[in-house]
Amino acid sequence: MNYYLRRTARIPLTVLAVITLTFGLIRLLPGGPFTQLRIQLIRQGVPVEQVNARIEALQNIRPDAPLWQQYLDYLAGVVTLDLGESISLGQPVMDVIARALPWTVFLVVTSTVLMFVIGVLIGAVQAYWEGSRFDKTFSGASIFLMAVPSFIFAVVFLFFLAYQWSLFPTGFASARGVESGFTFEYFASVVHHATLPILAFTIGGIGSTALNMRGNSIQVLGEEYVEVARLRGLSDGRIATRYVAQNAILPMYTGLLLLIGFRLGGTVVLEEIFSYPGLGYYLISALEANDYPLMMGCFLVITVTLVVAVYIADLTYGFIDPRISAGDADGY
Amino acid sequence: MATETDSQSSSEEIDWRSESSSAEMTRRDRAEEFYRRWVYEPVVIAWSDVRTRLGILILGGYLLMAAVDVFGLWRNPSTNQAPQLLPPFENWSFPLGTTNSGVDLLALIIDSTPFILLMVLAGGVWATSLAVVVGTVSGYKGGRVDTAITSVSDFFMAIPGLPLVIVLAIALSPENPILLGVVLTINYWAGLGRSIRSQVLSIREASYVEASRTMGTSTPRIIVKDVLPNIMPYVMVNFVLAARYTIFASVGLYFIGVLPYTGQNWGVTLNNAYYQGGLFTTEALHWLLVPMIAIVGLAFGLILLSQGMDRIFNPRVRTRLSGESESVEEDENTTTTGMF
Repeated sequence: MNYYLRRTARIPLTVLAVITLTFGLIRLLPGGPFTQLRIQLIRQGVPVEQVNARIEALQNIRPDAPLWQQYLDYLAGVVTLDLGESISLGQPVMDVIARALPWTVFLVVTSTVLMFVIGVLIGAVQAYWEGSRFDKTFSGASIFLMAVPSFIFAVVFLFFLAYQWSLFPTGFASARGVESGFTFEYFASVVHHATLPILAFTIGGIGSTALNMRGNSIQVLGEEYVEVARLRGLSDGRIATRYVAQNAILPMYTGLLLLIGFRLGGTVVLEEIFSYPGLGYYLISALEANDYPLMMGCFLVITVTLVVAVYIADLTYGFIDPRISAGDADGY
Repeated sequence: MATETDSQSSSEEIDWRSESSSAEMTRRDRAEEFYRRWVYEPVVIAWSDVRTRLGILILGGYLLMAAVDVFGLWRNPSTNQAPQLLPPFENWSFPLGTTNSGVDLLALIIDSTPFILLMVLAGGVWATSLAVVVGTVSGYKGGRVDTAITSVSDFFMAIPGLPLVIVLAIALSPENPILLGVVLTINYWAGLGRSIRSQVLSIREASYVEASRTMGTSTPRIIVKDVLPNIMPYVMVNFVLAARYTIFASVGLYFIGVLPYTGQNWGVTLNNAYYQGGLFTTEALHWLLVPMIAIVGLAFGLILLSQGMDRIFNPRVRTRLSGESESVEEDENTTTTGMF
């Protein structure tokens, strides 16, 4: 239990570190957090004497306060879920993010789960019929799939399926005319719009998952306990699921949850290509509009989402593999 | 904790592993042995595998392209050097066709090859070497060192790669390929180090490691001699994956236009093709396809190479020095016992 407690205690620390990093990064940006904003505000016709007050409202930071004061203010703002106000959209950053986050999570979780399930199935069958034509074909295909980044799939799909043959929409999360709500029409529209991004994001990952699963399974098949299970006369089904599949999937599991993190960052490119209104899309549009509050807000939220994902990975891995929950090893 | 002090004190006293046997070898023998072990065998094994051979050939092609650019054997890309939107394989002075502003596509691709290769190498080396150091030390040492390193890498792992790179790119405007490679993989090492650590965790319990420890071998020596050889295939495969990540990330970010650039490169070409009409007509399709093929080709070559990497480091394959795929040769009955 000690391990879980310590692991949980580390979360606030990590989040604090991330907030600090975000605060530091804002300062790294060209012109710092204020120069750009000040010019923009003055250009918008805000009287010079009100500019500081406006900046404070937008970014939660008093530009004339000392650095530690700014840091504490920023910290307090983040803790109370106040991330300032978006300059380009004229809305609180939190509102924008609350709208965007579900789309990103939907995209990442759906495609990652699909990728994992399909990849594991293919890899298992490959390992079972090792050396067969099926195995060779799919090994070749997997290697090729690994070499194609998701955005290339996205562009190819867009070119053929959306622009040339008009089978799928070219962007956005749902059709403009359809109102959001628990209606069939809305769900159909959402699925229709999400198909291409999810497909592009899933296909590329299948290759490496299948190859991983194949390799792990073949290794497990060579273990003595599998041989013993066979000698004991256990049924093939039981050996395949309880002995081989379980042990082959185990090492891939931590990988999977880490992968969600990588993919969470990776959606940025896809969302931009498909104009899919997730966090990545807003991150890029904020970047293009020099909208620092929105940009750093998106960055912070993507990061915190990832912290939570890694935390879940760690906890569940302990449950699945009892060797890990023993926690940290003795020092040598 | 007791073992730590024990091992340290005993290592100072005597080192009975003085390599008396190797003294009988002449320097020439040793050089031959070294050549056989590190040059001849890997090359033979690598070449005997179809996938690795193909990978080497593909990567050789890219190196050739880089050399062509470095020695200036092909024209530099510039606008209006050719008719606009020339389809590929029609005019052999512009074999891959041209863009809508009359730039030779082959020249565009060749021109940025050295840049891309340097960036990929920098990204791969940076990410893997850092990960290996972090992963082996924290996995083998355990205890407080492990906790400290894990906390730090946890933090880096908690930052999603691409968004961080995007923000850093605005701050640093990296245009140097090596700096860009490092920035792109700035936190790639954390996740990789974590998985190396978990591999080392199981290796450190192995009896031969325990034997080395009881004999009083120093920690760095154990890590290099006992732990590293075990994870080497994994590390090499991950070097390639890190390199692949560097290509994908850079081209992806160039493609959506968030990385600063001066000249053109594959990602920028893709971006131009995409936003200047390549998506709507089939006439400009080649403009979109050529950079894509360049990217996929490089990644494909790297991955093919990594597929054979395992055999190069696998002692069982080396002793046999037989070319055929081990797993394919064996029929189903032997696969279960085929481990030995």
